[in-house]
Amino acid sequence: MPWDQVFTLTFLVAILTAGIRLATPVLLAVLGEIITQRSGVMNLGLEGVMLMGGWAGFATTYYLEQSTGLTELSAWIGLGAGIVAGLLMGLLMAVLSITWRTDQVVAGITLVLLGQSLTTYLYRADPALAKARVTGIALRPIPGLSDIPVVGDILFNHSPVVYLSVALVFLCGFLLFRTNWGLQIRAVGENPAAVATSGLNVTRLRYLCTLIGSGMAGLGGAVLTVVQLNLFIEGVTAGRGWIAIAIVFFSRWNPGLALGGALLFGVADALQFRIQALGSEAIPYEFLLMLPYVLTLVVLLFGNARDQTPAALGIPYVKGNR
Amino acid sequence: MTSELIPVSQSKPGLGWLKPWAPVIGGLLALVLSSILIILSGANPLEAYQVLVLGAFGGSRQITETILKATPLLLIALGLTIAFRARVWNIGAEGQYHIGALLGSIVALTLPNLPALLLIPLMLLAGIVGGLLWSGLAGLLHLKRGVNLIICTLMLNYIGILMVQYAARVPFRDPDGFLPESAKFVDAAQIPRLFSSRLHLGVLVALALVGVVYVLLWRSPLGFRLRAVGAKISVAHSLGINTSQHILTALLLSGALAGLAGVIEVSYTYTRLKQGISDGYGFTAILVALLGQMNPVGVLVSAVLFSGLVVGAQTLNVSLQIPAAVAGVLQALLVLGVLAGQAISQRDN
Repeated sequence: MPWDQVFTLTFLVAILTAGIRLATPVLLAVLGEIITQRSGVMNLGLEGVMLMGGWAGFATTYYLEQSTGLTELSAWIGLGAGIVAGLLMGLLMAVLSITWRTDQVVAGITLVLLGQSLTTYLYRADPALAKARVTGIALRPIPGLSDIPVVGDILFNHSPVVYLSVALVFLCGFLLFRTNWGLQIRAVGENPAAVATSGLNVTRLRYLCTLIGSGMAGLGGAVLTVVQLNLFIEGVTAGRGWIAIAIVFFSRWNPGLALGGALLFGVADALQFRIQALGSEAIPYEFLLMLPYVLTLVVLLFGNARDQTPAALGIPYVKGNR
Repeated sequence: MTSELIPVSQSKPGLGWLKPWAPVIGGLLALVLSSILIILSGANPLEAYQVLVLGAFGGSRQITETILKATPLLLIALGLTIAFRARVWNIGAEGQYHIGALLGSIVALTLPNLPALLLIPLMLLAGIVGGLLWSGLAGLLHLKRGVNLIICTLMLNYIGILMVQYAARVPFRDPDGFLPESAKFVDAAQIPRLFSSRLHLGVLVALALVGVVYVLLWRSPLGFRLRAVGAKISVAHSLGINTSQHILTALLLSGALAGLAGVIEVSYTYTRLKQGISDGYGFTAILVALLGQMNPVGVLVSAVLFSGLVVGAQTLNVSLQIPAAVAGVLQALLVLGVLAGQAISQRDN
């Protein structure tokens, strides 16, 4: 490996900046899934949800941009479309796993298959999409802060969605640990029967959390296609939905740690792109791609995950069952 | 026992008579929904379905193709049937398949001078060992360290896939090739064909395993114990069954079959180690096992159905310009429809 090419300031700045950028779509999905899993529902379908969000967001943005010429507004509306697509997938997940009490693994895998094949179908059915590019959303350097040498470039010269995602980390943390509603969510993931006894509606809470999670994953997919890549290709998420699930476990259902996990993934991802571009073999890029999965296993191996896993995770709630 | 994949319910009589019809209801629902999709892409659904069916089963060439594509799905789904019956959530078949393919390929690439009679069994064995290793690793993490089994098997999937990608790109790469893939295996490493057809020995193995898995699960003491573990851990305990040991057994058996599927595919279909050796088989097989009601014969039928959809959709793409991905949409809708049918028929007021 040409180490002298790595340990230059420009290279490090580039890697860290790209790392933050690449972490964003995954972070959004992770935060949503934390809320979903905290309520006791494991949505393994994130890969499919992100793809649907990515397709809907991109197609909406592209056609709006073509017809109105308003690039940035189209992109924001496109992100909204990504959320809507995510919500629809979430509704499907909720009906399957909460109302019908289908096994959550089966429901999740079905969602992945549906998302992958439906987006591929829609993408292929519309030849215009293959060549389509969108403008996306311009970078918004934060006045003052972005002028700080090095740090300004890394932290304060990003697209608004990056700042938004970081704000959501704090919002999710606040929601889960500082509000009554968060307490209800966590309780329903630990002991739904007790929550039901206290007069709360388990089904409604779980529906809500599943929808929030899928909506955020849909947004994550749309951020990836609309803001970062400015294009859609089949399978564009390339396993990010699975990585998000890994990070949820890695972070022990904790939004703050999830930020760290997502950044770690982002930096590893940025690094593997660079290493591939440099044609270096000092660290094969596949090993960098494996990192999120390996680290998650290591964390689970040495931590006592059992203590922190929501006790009712993955178990359908049947009224009256204790 | 009832399948664990269907909704848990305290069912009362009512719509229960619908239950055996769940797959039919599901199929109809899938047909209706996908018809909408086909109309939207500007084709006549009836014509499309005819093309699809003929493309999958309309002649010996088509049927051969469908059988070939069904084989890995069948092998993996049979293994998962054992695991799921024991309520062991192995969703790592994709990784186990890849590691099986990797070890089998290593044998083929490092021992090219062996006669086929030795090389093929060694490769198959290596593939099985690969699947055992990868599922055993997940089992170890789960049983010894308490890591959630779904998560360990899931994490090991991508690690396995990426290991194959790396092996094909660096250590086993063909130095004379342009692509990141190994050299073509020697002819002796190709699993033998059946007579003069394009079918191969693996098809027979998979078919034989339908019977073997049935006998194992319903006619053997081991199968009884596995199903007891699946029915309820506490029941198994009171019967004096060592649950950990049986969870590991179920995991290993399903891993072995996934690894076997992997090595058969690289040996016959790809004839070299490279990335993209699976069409998501490990994940799709989960749904195949579910759709087949976790019953070996049902699994055989649903594997052929899933594969037929994929093969038929290729014809659909050529003749009606409908994207071949419609196969996956149909598969997903079919599963959703069946789940809906089961939910309706099992409704507890």
